[in-house]
Amino acid sequence: MAAWTDISGIRQKIADSSAEEVTASYIETIGKSKINGFTTLSDEAINTAREIDTNGHEGPLAGVPIAIKENISTKGLSTTCSSKILQGYVPPYDAHVIERLKAAGAVILGKTNMDEFAMGTSTESSHYGPTFNPWDMDRVPGGSSGGSAAVVAAGEAPVSLGSDTGGSVRCPAAYCGVVGLKPTYGCISRYGLISYANSLEQIGPLATNVADIATIMDVVAGYDKRDSTSINRENTYSDALKDDVKGMKIGVPEEYFGEGIDEKVEKAAWDAIGKYEDMGATYEKVSMPHTKYALASYYIIAMSEASSNLARFDGTRYGYRVDGDNWHVMASKTRAEGFGDEVKRRILLGTYALSAGYHDKYYLKALKVRTLVKQDFDKALANVDVLMGPTMPAPAFKIGEKIDDPLSLYLADVNTVPINLAGVPSISVPCGLADGMPVGLQIIGKHFDENTIIKAAYSFEQNTDHNKARPPEVA
Amino acid sequence: MITKEEVEHVGWLARIEIDAKESDAYAEKLNSVLGYFGQLDEVDTEGVEPTYHVADIVNVFRKDEVTGSMPQEEVLANTEHKQEGNFKSPKIM
Amino acid sequence: MVYENPDGVRIGLEVHVQLNKLNTKLFCGCSTNYHDSEPNTHTCPVCLGLPGSLPVINEKAVEFAIKIGLALNCSIVEQTQFHRKNYYYPDLPKGFQTTQYDYPIAGEGKVIIEGEDGEHEVGITRAHMEEDPGRLQHMGSIDRSKGTLINYNRSGMTLIEIVSEPDMRSPKEARRYLDKLRSILDYLDVFDGDLEGAMRVDANVSVHWGERVEVKNISSFKGAERALLYEIMRQKNHIRRGGEIVLETRHFDEARGVTISMRTKEEEHDYRYFPEPDLVPLRVADWVPKVRETLPELPDAKRERFMKEYGLGETHARALTTEIKLANFYEEVASKVDPKDAAVWVSDTLKGELNYRELTIDAFTVKDIVTVIELVTGNKITEQSAVEIIRTVLDDGGKPQEIVEKKGLLKVEDDIVAKAVEEAVAENPDAVADYLGGKEKSLNFLVGKVMQKTKGRADAREAREKVLAKLKE
Ligand SMILES: [Mg+2]
Ligand SMILES: [Zn+2]
Repeated sequence: MAAWTDISGIRQKIADSSAEEVTASYIETIGKSKINGFTTLSDEAINTAREIDTNGHEGPLAGVPIAIKENISTKGLSTTCSSKILQGYVPPYDAHVIERLKAAGAVILGKTNMDEFAMGTSTESSHYGPTFNPWDMDRVPGGSSGGSAAVVAAGEAPVSLGSDTGGSVRCPAAYCGVVGLKPTYGCISRYGLISYANSLEQIGPLATNVADIATIMDVVAGYDKRDSTSINRENTYSDALKDDVKGMKIGVPEEYFGEGIDEKVEKAAWDAIGKYEDMGATYEKVSMPHTKYALASYYIIAMSEASSNLARFDGTRYGYRVDGDNWHVMASKTRAEGFGDEVKRRILLGTYALSAGYHDKYYLKALKVRTLVKQDFDKALANVDVLMGPTMPAPAFKIGEKIDDPLSLYLADVNTVPINLAGVPSISVPCGLADGMPVGLQIIGKHFDENTIIKAAYSFEQNTDHNKARPPEVA
Repeated sequence: MITKEEVEHVGWLARIEIDAKESDAYAEKLNSVLGYFGQLDEVDTEGVEPTYHVADIVNVFRKDEVTGSMPQEEVLANTEHKQEGNFKSPKIM
Repeated sequence: MVYENPDGVRIGLEVHVQLNKLNTKLFCGCSTNYHDSEPNTHTCPVCLGLPGSLPVINEKAVEFAIKIGLALNCSIVEQTQFHRKNYYYPDLPKGFQTTQYDYPIAGEGKVIIEGEDGEHEVGITRAHMEEDPGRLQHMGSIDRSKGTLINYNRSGMTLIEIVSEPDMRSPKEARRYLDKLRSILDYLDVFDGDLEGAMRVDANVSVHWGERVEVKNISSFKGAERALLYEIMRQKNHIRRGGEIVLETRHFDEARGVTISMRTKEEEHDYRYFPEPDLVPLRVADWVPKVRETLPELPDAKRERFMKEYGLGETHARALTTEIKLANFYEEVASKVDPKDAAVWVSDTLKGELNYRELTIDAFTVKDIVTVIELVTGNKITEQSAVEIIRTVLDDGGKPQEIVEKKGLLKVEDDIVAKAVEEAVAENPDAVADYLGGKEKSLNFLVGKVMQKTKGRADAREAREKVLAKLKE
């Protein structure tokens, strides 16, 4: 399979040959992969494709292969959050998004690697070992949906699903030079997504181009009565695929170009904004003064929620188990061995932040700061259509570079976490290279205004060549 | 500053076994992060309401209608520790 | 009479009521009808806490909770929210219990019980909704078990936890409070109290106005009274020996009838409550008037009405209004026969016979008791025969009329009795002479003879009067 084929190209190939051949060619490519992007391949993929060939399928994704992040439940297919503690766990049910993909005719290729329990920015903390960036095998692919971004970038899957709690779709999209969308909170059902920080996260698609993002959104987004935070709202995302930003007002938060930003990243972002001006948009600088506090607020909330979400992994009903004299000892040993270091640190910090005596100082304070961060967005977006800035302050770093210094790893999320605190949508699109590594432009919209950011991203793609750049392995 | 003893207590609360050797290392790493979190003290949040949910919705319910359960075999499929249809664990105390 | 509470006993109760009359659990569509089923057959990803599953609130459960709150005279909260109560235990499949915290659905309220010195008010602190954990079975006793078996069929059932003020001053008052609570819940038709685990009690007990001790794991009302009697005695003895009562949690060992201290150090809880992010707030203020309309007449009101409308005494009215089914049964009977007669026969005789057999009022029909009452009040059968008919219906089945015929229970005609009296007096001159000579007992002998001759169908009282009259001639 020629790399970087988009969904319409794949549908054409299926019409010319068969869904089985298309799927088989992806499986062949994956077989030769060096990036460790997939954790588990589905035994069913070929059968599904064959069935589509035999019986036909009217769905918009009939025969289209897709890769799924390790934390999205797939019935009968191992789902471990790349953690030892979920070793051997096979969900007895499909996540809402998986049901929808299957109904649309998609072929699930397999599961993709991630930072353990989505806690990271590098996909290095996986129980399956790190995923490598297809642009430079010495570098991280970003995280936590590193596998989902890397396999798309490496041409091992045309599209994939990731999840974004504090940038986990957009960061690897930026680092791997693909497109990734974090939808508005409530846009896609979280039913079946294994929670890390439930008040912040959303499932999001990754693809090589904006049109495919819209196509996947048309399939997976929408109301699900099993998720109480799911919003009942109709929308057709592919309606937004128009090359038209004339009169669009762009806000550029000065805080997103703050201390520590890589010069080449900064230039690529400004060049992109300049391009928008050429295309008929206007921009103004805006200030979002609480951005500098967003990171601390985000991490406290995420860790607090995580400490509770991950309590169920106690060895009793599924997954890894270390025996002990009594249940509490069993649980403590199981969790000590089953979780990796970063996950344990976050659980401990979250437990601490919620505990008697510290609840108000950390947890409650973080939620109040969250309100202020959200108000920054409300104010900024009141006067402009979208906000823009670099997705990540620097290109992908070297594997192992930050692994022993959690704080430096957290600081990389400075531009992505405020979006999750506010619940607004954001898309990352390639906007150039810095020292041969991709740079992502982040386009942020109003609540449920995905269509405006999709339109902005699509127009950019139509008027630039950035998304034609390929990693050396694929080119 | 979180102490070694606090680390061990939090470890117990979180059911993560931490031995005395590890607790020092944990304390050091956790303190660097807690120090960073401390910058929130600078923010004036007087009169600011906490945001628990970004979506401003209330009253989401389901009807009291049975939608079915899983077969016992499927319920127990992910563990070897079972007996007569029950999950089995070590004694509690 | 004023009850002075000589031992300074204060009892507060936390009662967990399982709303087993809902069709489904609190957060998932699993059926609540698991009581006779195999383990782990009424579970799904949600109530098993499988990774990725999400809760959705059962609307009816909220309605039931409001109903209960109103029936306990509680204020209903305007807006609330479920919280996570974080602690580790194998019966909690998520590692936290979804419950309510700072805004319970029902706030302060009260119920009236029949206390040591007449009517006594017990304050309700709060009533909140929460999910039931699964069920643990210790292989052996809790402290020396080889392992634990876990069945999650119960996991996720809707509980209402009703917390009282420490307003009860004796185990008897605690028992009365529990009976009253059960009575009210029974009226609301929100639970079946006969099902296993439908009501579970934790108690706070203190003596001499001192420190309170929490007693957990009380599974029946009888158990509650026993546990409290034991615990009060234990505390008093401990103090008498110079000991001090400390705040602690004790476990009631039902089999041995004693309370055992649970280790206090590790029990030091830090539940790290925070709002459940997977559920959105509940705004229920608007529901209250509508739910209030669905409230039935409650036991206290019904008792008052029975006294007024049917002219019943307090004891009968109380006995007849404890259970809604019995109250309804009585009212149907009272519409067909004299209400006072109905009260005597339903409350005293029928209920007594039912209790003796551990049966409910469902075991008897209105039609049958009306027939029996009409036979007695129409002077067709004796009171003894009426009791016999009731017993026969309960033990062997059949209709009262058939039983009357089969057993020949119809009262004999007057002239037959008169004839029997005449014969008895004529045939037993010695007994007559003894009686007239002052031997009272001989009268009984003569009445016995009359009963023998009428094969017991004469009314004994009537026979006695007739013999007396004859002897005076
Ligand atoms: Mg409770
Ligand atoms: Zn269930």
